[in-house]
Amino acid sequence: MTTTTAAAPRPEATEKPRGQLKESGGTLNVFSHAFLVLWVVLAAGPLIWVALTAFRPSAEILSDPMGWPSSFHWENFGNAWNKASIGRYTVNSLIILAGSLTGTMLLGSMAAYVIARFTFPGNRLVFMLFAGGMMFPVILALVPLFAVMENFGLLDTRPGLMIAYIAYSLPFTTFFLTSFFRTLPTGVQEAAMVDGASHTRTFFQIMLPMAKPGLVSIGIFNFLGQWNQYLLPLLLNNEEEQNYVLPQGLASLAVSQGYRGDWGALFAGLTIAMLPVLVVYAVFQRQVQAGLTAGALK
Amino acid sequence: MKTDTQVGKTPSSKGRADRGPAPGAPGRLLFLAAILLPPRFTPARVRYDRRYRTLDKYRFIVGFLAVPLAFYALFVVSPFLQAIYYSFTDWSGGPVANFVGFDNYQKMWNDDRFWDSLQVSALLLVIAPVITLVLGMFFAYMITSGGRHRRGQAIAGVAGSSFYKVVYFFPQVLSVAIIAVVWGRVFNTNSGLINGGLDKVGVTGPAWLGGDSTLGVISLLTVISWSFIGFYVVLFSAAMGAIPSDIYEAALLDGAGRTRTFFSVTLPLIWDTVRTGWIYMGIQALDTFAICLVMVPPHVLKVTPVFLYERFRDGQYGYATSIGVVLLVLSMAFSLIVMRAGNRDRIEY
Repeated sequence: MTTTTAAAPRPEATEKPRGQLKESGGTLNVFSHAFLVLWVVLAAGPLIWVALTAFRPSAEILSDPMGWPSSFHWENFGNAWNKASIGRYTVNSLIILAGSLTGTMLLGSMAAYVIARFTFPGNRLVFMLFAGGMMFPVILALVPLFAVMENFGLLDTRPGLMIAYIAYSLPFTTFFLTSFFRTLPTGVQEAAMVDGASHTRTFFQIMLPMAKPGLVSIGIFNFLGQWNQYLLPLLLNNEEEQNYVLPQGLASLAVSQGYRGDWGALFAGLTIAMLPVLVVYAVFQRQVQAGLTAGALK
Repeated sequence: MKTDTQVGKTPSSKGRADRGPAPGAPGRLLFLAAILLPPRFTPARVRYDRRYRTLDKYRFIVGFLAVPLAFYALFVVSPFLQAIYYSFTDWSGGPVANFVGFDNYQKMWNDDRFWDSLQVSALLLVIAPVITLVLGMFFAYMITSGGRHRRGQAIAGVAGSSFYKVVYFFPQVLSVAIIAVVWGRVFNTNSGLINGGLDKVGVTGPAWLGGDSTLGVISLLTVISWSFIGFYVVLFSAAMGAIPSDIYEAALLDGAGRTRTFFSVTLPLIWDTVRTGWIYMGIQALDTFAICLVMVPPHVLKVTPVFLYERFRDGQYGYATSIGVVLLVLSMAFSLIVMRAGNRDRIEY
């Protein structure tokens, strides 16, 4: 992407005499590809191994972990989905995410719009408050958060988990969208106001559609972050096993399958959990890479 | 919203608007009503008054900020502040929390289990960023400049660079819990991928997560680096791609080789990104929690966040929060040290 543009030949460069540079770097090219391919194997290897092993019966997995599937053992997937409750955990995750992602995007963009586009006393303070929240490790808030949720009666409830996801996603979402709203032209907003649109209407019908690229990036970022969340559900949703979200369910499955010995179902469950995310990533790879690395460049 | 506009377009309101702002100031009562009424029910006399517009603006600001700020204050800011307060109490979850001064910190100082966990966390904090950043930079440099030169190119990316980046980035989109379960199986002594592979070549692999804490730390470092290298490859190759190619041409004309070009051109130019990445990776390593909790059996080793979590499960809430405060102080100290140590003159290009 960016690399190819930097590497593109510049027209005036070709005019210069540099015969000795022609086709140089051949050995380096082989060398670098060898290392790059090696890391492809190492990065994807464990995941491919999990996906292949998901098709093997448990006994075979134990006797020969490196083997290929002798026949496709599809019932592992059925067992994972039904007996090992992966289906239930997936539905739980989807329900939580439907609420938390909508809430995060709505509240985050509302706060960001106001911070970015209006001058009022305390504007800077509110912005710093949100930006500062990104620096603290969640583990510090762990114990008091548990108590706060308990006091509100939100412990081990779906709304409670959604609210926690929203609250902990707000700092970065607001920070990111504030800078995004600042880049949008002011003229459109003024025109809407002159035409008699209210502030609310200007926001929902004019500014939000204009902010779509930013909303997509941060939306993917939050989707992955909330779908993969483990610490918050472990803390706030640990009471009823039937309410577990997917990462929680798999972690507990890894323990319980140790007793039951149905390793095939565990591998199938892992495959079921990984596949949709990897597919979504493969489709939106550019936005995902941009969105997730933006977090480090704050 | 919809109705709001319809009213705005009705002839009657148009007519009112044409008359412009009413002469003379509307009474206080009307303004009071205006705060509570939606704009469409507000009389035009008030609507087009300048003071009303200010009022309307603030009403909108408060309305839009109230809910996000309330969520944020209640569930994020207040727990952070409470954590600092409770670290000085003997709170055990009930309504009573007695102030005990630095007792928790003293207890921590004398607690061998805490020091054992901190030793592991400190190793991760120091080693994980080095491995991850060095390998991330190496692969990023290979991707952006390891390619075959065509005529007149000072620098060439390898073919299929976006494919490499996509695959390297895989671990970043997976849940840490899933990564921990996958690697728990990979490291398994009898039926794991690693020992299974060693078996094929006639070597009996060790029990990676079986009790030896050195092997445990190596396993943790492997998983952490594995999951973050792709992130840094993407980050660094974006930074390297932003370097203008005429700088590389100049270096090439001066006779600089690949290695020299990397250390004298590329590295100084992406230094800011490297430093930020270093801090970010260090904090990530110090925060390692789920990977250790899910993958490593508790008797092998613990990282400090897991030690904190166990104290919380024991009901030692005050003690647990004080461990959290120490972790916060450590991560801030680490950031400051790297900021200071990594301070170089910024190069503009």
